[in-house]
Amino acid sequence: MIGFREAGYTRNGRVLVGPVTLTVKAGEVVVLLGASGAGKTTTLRLANGLILPTAGAVLVEDRPTAAWDGIRLRRRMGYMIQETGLLPHLSVAANIGLLPRLEGWPPDRIASRIAHLLDLVGLEPALAARYPHTLSGGQRQRVGVARALALDPPILLCDEPFGAVDPVTRRALRREFSRLVRDLGKTVVFVTHDVREAEHLATRIAVLDAGAVVFAGPPEAFRTSVHPVVRALQDDDRQEPR
Amino acid sequence: MTFLEFLLRNRPEVMTRVAEHVMLAGISTAIAAGLGIPLGILLTRAARLRGPVLGAINVFQTIPSLALFGFLIPIPLIGGINARTAIVALVLYALLPIVRNTYTGISGVDPGVREAARGIGLTDGQILRIVELPLAAPMIVAGLRIAAVVGVGIATIAAAIGAGGLGVFIFRGLSMVNNTVIMAGAVPAALLALVVDGVLQFLEHRLARHR
Repeated sequence: MIGFREAGYTRNGRVLVGPVTLTVKAGEVVVLLGASGAGKTTTLRLANGLILPTAGAVLVEDRPTAAWDGIRLRRRMGYMIQETGLLPHLSVAANIGLLPRLEGWPPDRIASRIAHLLDLVGLEPALAARYPHTLSGGQRQRVGVARALALDPPILLCDEPFGAVDPVTRRALRREFSRLVRDLGKTVVFVTHDVREAEHLATRIAVLDAGAVVFAGPPEAFRTSVHPVVRALQDDDRQEPR
Repeated sequence: MTFLEFLLRNRPEVMTRVAEHVMLAGISTAIAAGLGIPLGILLTRAARLRGPVLGAINVFQTIPSLALFGFLIPIPLIGGINARTAIVALVLYALLPIVRNTYTGISGVDPGVREAARGIGLTDGQILRIVELPLAAPMIVAGLRIAAVVGVGIATIAAAIGAGGLGVFIFRGLSMVNNTVIMAGAVPAALLALVVDGVLQFLEHRLARHR
């Protein structure tokens, strides 16, 4: 589905990513794990063409992102980011229904899609008329999930979507998200710096360090890996209270 | 003769002057909005233009209004002793708050919101229309409010070049050394400014509800 082929991104002479070679197959949940500044977000932005690789190529459905129409590409990929992702001046329903509306769906189809998605992410229908700032952090993230799913895209890109909520809500969101993407058969690329989140969600973990993939494998292999960067991430994690 | 008696006795002329005044301030603010809002948007897209354009618009603000009216009279097409010249001058004064507030409002949109809008697949035009302009709207209206209130004030001077408006009473009162006549122009102009200010402030607050 998504293939990084020695993809690199250099800005102002500084290498932010690369070269990265990584293939994300249909139905996989690949977690990009690494410390801040490791190039996780840049890698994600390469996938949906927000930036184009300065070296190598990124293929989506076997076509380089440079050859895609950026708008069409991004609408085939649900996109979730922390907190600020929702438009503050639009209601929950308008946020979720934004892309369907721009795609020219008839109003009744948009309305039923919104109702279905609210139900899917476990939100009351009454919340549809509310504005993001009146919701709890957890509710906002659920709306974010619903909006990302609005056009039923085959791929979801997530950039620390649950980073701004409390640990209890975060665990609940993670559990539900994991079940949801499995049920819907979505291909997911998920960025986090949280080792437990990675272990919980991933079918495969890719560890980034200084813009390069230094480890890629299933969670079991991640736990037993002796790679120094992987060990450092695990040690940091153990020192935090569970 | 008291101030109120004067207003009542000259009711037809007072109404005409108020109408002229509203036209002067209204038309000039509308034209300035039509020019200034797109110009403000352009400045958020072309950083290189920002300094020169804001600088040039700023210069107009420093020219005393009576002098600016004078300078414009001999200019062909826009000049002359009439309302058109006055409107040109008023537009030049109204541009700065509108351009500046449009620029500031759009620049002040949370970069995270803009980035998210790009990430979910909005085009540049859609980001402007659906995200940036609505979020900047209270700021833009605040600029229109300043422009309109200042316009109502400066429009009183337009009478000096034969453009009509409530300034006619003020200049007449000055030459007659008659405070009642001056007030017949000044008081309605002040009230007009307060009404314009109140209405646009209400609109500004309505637009800022969900932020």
